[in-house]
Amino acid sequence: MASMTHSAFTPKPQDPALDQIIKLAIMAVGGQGGGVLTNWVEDCARSNGYAVQATSVAGVAQRTGATIYYMEMAPLRDRAPVFSLLPAAGDVDILVAAEMMEAGRAIMRGFVTPDRTTLIASSHRALAVSEKMVPGDGIADSQEVIAAAEIAARRFIAFDMEKMAIDAGSMISASLFGALAGSGALPFDRSSFEAAIKASGRGVEASLRAFAAGFEAAANGTVETPRSGRIKTVAGAPSGPKPLVDRWNALAARATALPDPVRDMALTGLRAVVDFQDLDYGRDYLDRVEKVLAEDDPAKGHELTLEAAKYIAKAMAYDDVFRVADLKTRGSRFARVRGEIAPAKGAQMKLTEFMHPRAEEVVGMMPARLGRRLSASERAMRLIDRLVNKGRRLRTDRLLPFAQLYVLGGLRKYRRGTLRHAIETQHLEDWLAQALAYRRIDYALGVETLRNRRLVKGYSDTHARGLSKFDRVMDGVALLAGRDDAAHWCRLLREAALADEKGEQLEGALKTVRSFASQAETALPN
Amino acid sequence: MAERSFAKEVRKLKLGEGDTFTGEGILALTKALLEAGVGYVGGYQGAPISHLMDVLADAEEILTELGVRYEANASEAAAAAMLAASVHYPIRGAVTFKGPVGVNVASDALANLSSSGVTGGALVIIGEDYGEGSSIMQERSHAFAMKSQMWLLDPRPNLPSIVKSVHQGFELSEASNTPVMLMVRIRSCHVTGSFAAKDNKRPPFTVRDALANPRSDYARVVLPPMSYLQEHDKINNRWPAALTYIREHKLNEVFGPSEAPVGIVLQGGMYNGVIRALQRLGLADIHGDTEIPLYVLNVTYPLVPDEFFAFCEGKSAVLVVEEGQPEFIEQSLGLALYKAGSSIALHGKDMLPMAGEYTGQVMLDGLEAFLKKAAPELLPARLRAPNSDHKPALPDLSRTVPMRPPGFCTGCPERPIFAAIKLTEMERGRHQIAGDIGCHLFATLPPFEIGGSTMGYGLGPASNAAFDGGGDKRSISILGDGGFWHNGLSSSIGNAVYNKSDGVIVIVDNFYSAATGGQDILSSRADNASKATGHPIADAVKGVGVKWVRQLDRTYDVPKMREILNEALTTDHVGPKVIIASSECMLNKQRREKPLMAKAIKEGRRVEKPRFGVDEDICTGDHACIRLSGCPSLSLKKLDDPLRDDPVASIDQSCVGCGNCGEVADAAVLCPSFYRADVVHNPGWAERKFGALRHRIITWLQTRRSSGRLEFVRT
Repeated sequence: MASMTHSAFTPKPQDPALDQIIKLAIMAVGGQGGGVLTNWVEDCARSNGYAVQATSVAGVAQRTGATIYYMEMAPLRDRAPVFSLLPAAGDVDILVAAEMMEAGRAIMRGFVTPDRTTLIASSHRALAVSEKMVPGDGIADSQEVIAAAEIAARRFIAFDMEKMAIDAGSMISASLFGALAGSGALPFDRSSFEAAIKASGRGVEASLRAFAAGFEAAANGTVETPRSGRIKTVAGAPSGPKPLVDRWNALAARATALPDPVRDMALTGLRAVVDFQDLDYGRDYLDRVEKVLAEDDPAKGHELTLEAAKYIAKAMAYDDVFRVADLKTRGSRFARVRGEIAPAKGAQMKLTEFMHPRAEEVVGMMPARLGRRLSASERAMRLIDRLVNKGRRLRTDRLLPFAQLYVLGGLRKYRRGTLRHAIETQHLEDWLAQALAYRRIDYALGVETLRNRRLVKGYSDTHARGLSKFDRVMDGVALLAGRDDAAHWCRLLREAALADEKGEQLEGALKTVRSFASQAETALPN
Repeated sequence: MAERSFAKEVRKLKLGEGDTFTGEGILALTKALLEAGVGYVGGYQGAPISHLMDVLADAEEILTELGVRYEANASEAAAAAMLAASVHYPIRGAVTFKGPVGVNVASDALANLSSSGVTGGALVIIGEDYGEGSSIMQERSHAFAMKSQMWLLDPRPNLPSIVKSVHQGFELSEASNTPVMLMVRIRSCHVTGSFAAKDNKRPPFTVRDALANPRSDYARVVLPPMSYLQEHDKINNRWPAALTYIREHKLNEVFGPSEAPVGIVLQGGMYNGVIRALQRLGLADIHGDTEIPLYVLNVTYPLVPDEFFAFCEGKSAVLVVEEGQPEFIEQSLGLALYKAGSSIALHGKDMLPMAGEYTGQVMLDGLEAFLKKAAPELLPARLRAPNSDHKPALPDLSRTVPMRPPGFCTGCPERPIFAAIKLTEMERGRHQIAGDIGCHLFATLPPFEIGGSTMGYGLGPASNAAFDGGGDKRSISILGDGGFWHNGLSSSIGNAVYNKSDGVIVIVDNFYSAATGGQDILSSRADNASKATGHPIADAVKGVGVKWVRQLDRTYDVPKMREILNEALTTDHVGPKVIIASSECMLNKQRREKPLMAKAIKEGRRVEKPRFGVDEDICTGDHACIRLSGCPSLSLKKLDDPLRDDPVASIDQSCVGCGNCGEVADAAVLCPSFYRADVVHNPGWAERKFGALRHRIITWLQTRRSSGRLEFVRT
């Protein structure tokens, strides 16, 4: 037995040197360069005369999963300090989170405490698969993490370090390193941080730019929280021939005359439907909105009309072949793609679109009567399918494929006569009539019925699934109309329908609705 | 070529006497092997020792200079079998793999090796993958040491201790003719630190010397009656020799005061965690000088009873800190105390949890509970009072923060394979699907949720054997190229051929052992200076008698993959249906191609760079594409449009243009919102001219249309 024994037990005060140990944890998503960041911090601390120990958990955690790097450091002495290999709850001085939900995870694990922890977090989001795959909106709320961080951390610094790094042409590890330096949480001067970057030798210039941006923002103690809610788009004046603009102004004036809470939404909706078809279509839209308004209750803040203005616009501006072709060939779209891809100067850009038409789309473009006859015949549909149903890749930077789509987009003039339009209009009218019928017995249910339109989205199978979910929710609602909690249940059904692809949650919710609807049937007066 | 290159770091392996080595644990281990005069090294990759294999591969030149043979073994069994060279010859050998799964695979060879006994020091470096970040079932390698009688070292997790234990391991092995396992935990593999380097040592007797002077001795062969003698030799000679060596060379360590009411017995690997807990309790200083005596077991098997009894003397209670279960050490110590008629109180798993990693909080709670019970007078006053801490109430984030398990990388070629299987299942119903070990196991997670089991490396198809007889629907099994060469060719493919399996086997061939860090394997396409690559899986499969083989050379072709799957699920062919889906691991491909591409662009050569995008006006926010992808670069964004309830799909600049989005949109008839933009760098003269002309005409058409109608500029 090797022995390093000393004299018998004598109680002594806690070693003050322990307070000099700086404990730093980095919570990151695999692939964010946490290893590089760890090396930089290590080099920087060593060059400042510190003893450092770093550890990480490599392996599958790095394949896009959550991962953690941990380091401890203390001023170098004659004997080596004993450092821990893993962070402990309540015992972390600096927590660097390379993404907002990872900051949340750190808080949940107790690594952020008000007595000691400086929390440096990038406020951007890297969405987890579970957030992205939900058919509705499954994105976790950063505000909840921020609220928790403000309580949990001794100091909280947060801003979008990902964007900062991209703008500098670098990786987030560099802007995080800058933020760490700028926070002053480590007792080292700026030049020694920068020296660590320079010594690493790759992409130094860009890294230093991102570092500087992170440094400045953190030194200013920035807490830049993500925007809550959405910015209201202001209806800008349209461009186009004067007579059309004049007519637009008249329509816009009609929308502006709507009650205050509805006005902005109606203008947005109006713009969408005019953009979809033409000014007459815009007039139809306002007719419909005003019809709802006539049945609305100002005491309820015009909620019914507000939702109608939103969802009628969505229902009228449905997604058909003409629409897709029109959008794909617009100059503004080409400009947006160019902005997004940002090809280097002198570089060219090829553009490929992925289309997969089926017989349904082709028949939908036909005059209603012909289309209806064809879609009734299984044989005809099979034949058309055989002719058109395959993946088509169109190079819209080339003349011929562009012209194909351009012509298709131009055919929107004839849209009103098509089968698809007839179907969409019928669906719209039925839904609107139903909503107004419900409104007469239960205002809130009328509003919720309008909102159910959210379920109809997507193309082909996804669209069909959306329609079927919409129908099933509406069937469920029919069982409930007249009950006090009908609107509440309508909302629950809709949320269940948006929670998963196959509608399993919706099925469960419907089962509940059916069970209590049948129980209460006899008890209901009407 | 592995994912991480150690070409720069291996220069540190040449450090000599008087130099200070600073770096990572695994590199220190390699350096220690060279200083100990190792004659041959090998192993099989797997976290946390993958990097050790990568270091050895990158250090091959240095190894060869020293006369050390490096072998990248086909499996852990092959690696363990290689240690046979130390049975008859006085050559030190070391192999490395992950524990306990690697030890599972290697157990046959390890048991034979242990029975034979060794002449030269034989060291098995086990990367124990237990606790956070582990990718395997949670078990202990300790049991294998006990059952085969191999000694188990568990050094304190700092570089000097780890390096010292390599030297001690060889010496212990030679002194007791027994192979030794050296265990390093996941964090100590990657821990950084320094130690005083020594000169590298050429092996005094090399493998070449052995070939020139062959030896054999049937007393070493595991065959009756020698195997009975070997069993007695283990107990009568090797065990006592080991105890003597451990005692005399002070392999275990004692820290702290010689007299105290209580003490702690711990595995070496637990040392830093115990010290940290004591530091937080005010019972140890920054250097680890402790008020509570510690008996640190750098050798966790065998235990040395007299050392333990000496440590217990004068104490009323001891705590055993032993991570994982069962608590082998605590049981042995308890039995020893009982037989000695001792009345000392033995604590362990009553104060610390039976299962799970001993994290900072767990250790603190355990030690505090022990001291409160056994010696409350040692604790500072604040800890003796209950609930002295006041913690602020935090909002509950458990419903907010999403899980983030590992998944397929951006552009992974395996994604489209599973998209195709998911689409096939949508069409033909669910099937019995068995997974294997490898990146492809991520397919069991959302959004794919394909496969419900994993039975071991290369055993995917074998684990579907009960369904080989067929039925209404065929079973499907997945096998990676790594698993295929590790064990799959015989245990899975051979098994299926012989039993006339009706099943469908999908072999995912990404050109590397990708999940472990991109090491080359037999079927790798890359040239490797010292290894033979380029042996097609299809040839091997046909060689063992599979008649129905389909090779797909671009996994991103989802319609084609579906077509092949459909054929496999419907053909009336008798015997296994094997589909080999090959495309290079994107992580490795990018690492290889990115610098080349950047160089080509810089030099003015024509380069096309693809990337995908989404037209946000066309996307309706139903996220059907994401349910067939899960790619990190395919995400969502919220539009500033009050008409939109749901976020739309969006592709960020990390997209590598693999093609999955377009293929899936096409195969699943999703929506037309995807586009692919190929940026052509340094286009030729004609290309530029034609491009400009086309651009002019298109712009003219666009302007013509927009001037005739109302258009709204988005603000």
